[in-house]
Amino acid sequence: MSTPGGRQPRSAAHEIERYAALFADRTSVMKSSAMRDLMALTARDDVISFSGGLPDTSTFAPGFFTEIMGRVASQYCAKALQYGPTEGLDSVRERITEVMAAEGMTADPDWVLPTTGGQQAIDLVCKILLNPGDIVIAEAPTYPGAVPTFCSYEAQVIQITMDRDGMRIDELEETLARLDREGRRPKFIYTIPNFHNPGGVTMSLERRRELVRIAGERELLILEDNPYGMLRYEGDPLPTLYSLDPDFVIYASTFSKILSPGVRLGWLVAPPPVLSKLILGKGSTDLCSSSISQFFIAEYFASVNWQDYVRSLIEIYRRRRDVMLDALADQLPGEATWTHPQGGLFLWATLPDYIDTTDLLARAIQERVAFVPGRAAYVDGRGGSSMRLNFSGVNEDEIREGVRRLGEVVREQVALYSTLGGQPAAGKGGGAQSRANQSGAGLAEPAPAKTVASDRDALAQVLPLTRKRAG
Amino acid sequence: MSRVAVLKGGRSLERQVSLKSGARVEDALRRLGHDVDEVDVGQDLVTRLTQNQPDIAFVALHGRDGEDGTVQELLEVLGIPYTGSRVAACVRASDKVLAKHAMRDAGVPTPDFFAFSEAAFKGLGAAKAMPAISSRLSFPLVVKPASQGSALGIKFARSATDIPAALLAAFSYDDKVLLERYVAGRELAISVLEDGGEPQTLPIVEAVPQQEDFYDFESRYEIGRTRFVCPAQLEPAVSERAAQIALDAFRLLGCRAFGRVDLMLEADSSELYVLEVNPIPGLTETSLLPQAADAAGISFDQLIEKILASAT
Repeated sequence: MSTPGGRQPRSAAHEIERYAALFADRTSVMKSSAMRDLMALTARDDVISFSGGLPDTSTFAPGFFTEIMGRVASQYCAKALQYGPTEGLDSVRERITEVMAAEGMTADPDWVLPTTGGQQAIDLVCKILLNPGDIVIAEAPTYPGAVPTFCSYEAQVIQITMDRDGMRIDELEETLARLDREGRRPKFIYTIPNFHNPGGVTMSLERRRELVRIAGERELLILEDNPYGMLRYEGDPLPTLYSLDPDFVIYASTFSKILSPGVRLGWLVAPPPVLSKLILGKGSTDLCSSSISQFFIAEYFASVNWQDYVRSLIEIYRRRRDVMLDALADQLPGEATWTHPQGGLFLWATLPDYIDTTDLLARAIQERVAFVPGRAAYVDGRGGSSMRLNFSGVNEDEIREGVRRLGEVVREQVALYSTLGGQPAAGKGGGAQSRANQSGAGLAEPAPAKTVASDRDALAQVLPLTRKRAG
Repeated sequence: MSRVAVLKGGRSLERQVSLKSGARVEDALRRLGHDVDEVDVGQDLVTRLTQNQPDIAFVALHGRDGEDGTVQELLEVLGIPYTGSRVAACVRASDKVLAKHAMRDAGVPTPDFFAFSEAAFKGLGAAKAMPAISSRLSFPLVVKPASQGSALGIKFARSATDIPAALLAAFSYDDKVLLERYVAGRELAISVLEDGGEPQTLPIVEAVPQQEDFYDFESRYEIGRTRFVCPAQLEPAVSERAAQIALDAFRLLGCRAFGRVDLMLEADSSELYVLEVNPIPGLTETSLLPQAADAAGISFDQLIEKILASAT
């Protein structure tokens, strides 16, 4: 008469009262279980899932993996099995600066802190900077995985609209001015300048310059999250914010997308006073990142030209992106719009505003296709008719078939809506135009040739770009 | 000692809750000395039941397949005794439209409503009737899929212009939806447990949302977002009436062994209304039936034993 854990079950009512009283306030801002339950169904085998953020690890040769791990075992056995320094292995920190150099950055290995994945990088920055109620500025939409992290530190997140050139600096300045008037000041600005997750857009050079200027003038920190920078499929690389001005930039990246998310290794680069706090923060979180993983990284980089592998990934992902863009153009109805990412793993599609993509996901799962509902990328309930689509983790045939299924579900919803008495907007162009005019926003619009943004769903409105096949 | 197959999981939207309910039931059954076969319900269900020949199936499924009579029908065919309500009661209770019609006809109070199938819109132009609904039911309305057990797909329509999008959302879950008058007031859950073949009500649980967006159904049943009070603080006369209505609803739909009846106590009128009857309510750590049982001095193991004993 005992439970597997050897304990007697406690009485249910007491259990609930006990635990409810124990949970920290911050747990009450986490995602609803209904959404979690829905997302759990996307893992079913027969579902083609565009909902993950998975790199393709299937092309990494098993023999090579064995060889590297063999060397780790034979040369570093006891050390690899041991705790390591919180600051990480020197050899790994040097390799990190090498990767950064490939993206045009110079970093002192002493300024680098390896982390347990890029996610820990975000978590540590929040941990050392945020008091409950502090303000974080992020893009709208923002990385869905950052939302629970910000929430768990009880931050107030203010989201700044993006258009095809990334975060709108005019809106950022207006927001900062408003906060000034209220006597408040954000702790940091979180941004993914390259191939945004989930937005699929890249911040223009002009905006990068403006952003670091603002940070410098106001002495605000920027958390530049750059997991995808190496994965560019077209166009010329742009300088990172860190390379434009490292003084107020905390730079975060990861080995996940250029090698393997399974090694759980990312990194932070920060000004020394900030770095020393980050190291303390990391020590209290996990003492150190996996020694085995760090030795694996060091050996891997010593064995091959790592950029060759990245180039092979780029080829795979570029084709998958093109297949997805073509399939979307073929399959989605005219009311839908989506971004054209120049790199990275994701694109952001927006459907007519009467379609709620959380409910659509329930229908889509029945048709065996899945995505991330847009609401996951906002803290304020926006994004209800948008979705994030991942193209890196699914092969080309599955992308075609998955988008075909998705298109069928969406077209069916569009047709059903008018049957239900809904009045679809006359045309997306007209709708966007009139809303933009109403907003009267003096948009920092990049070029007259590009469509005008509305205040609210700029990404939705600014980016009816991809109605043609990818080149 | 019996060989008990615990049926859990499945492919419904409430799969996760069901897995938790199932795991907890399995623990209890083992403590009670039974031989447990854990069955995540899927393609191989019939094969597995035929091979393993359990004495009893404990149905810990929620939502589609498990709560709507589908699995119960299979168990009838295979001749395996099972827990909970039988096929017809599951069909009636899991379909809110059938359940509400039955209640309205029998005089069990339930909020006024209209129900439509997708076919009514596609083939009969039902959209044109929507303005007339405005004059029959006052706004806000609650629009919900007929058979969805979780909060997904339930929307408020504050005016006629909200109706099409709310219908579209609800039709994502079912081809039948209902538009129901919104009853503002206190949310009460009354669990029913049979004792010697006679249904008895357990102490009433009240769900008190904490400073929530009133209209966000999805977040209401998170720990810390809603406080559960058991027994609910009610006038004795109100408690008695609520219990009687819950029993009426349970019996009316033909439920068996256990269930949970969700009611609203309307703030303005002090009237009680049944929203729905759940033939297989959650059995997780945070579920309301185990909580109510506990308040009545019935431990979780005793609860499971009673439910198991009612299987035929």
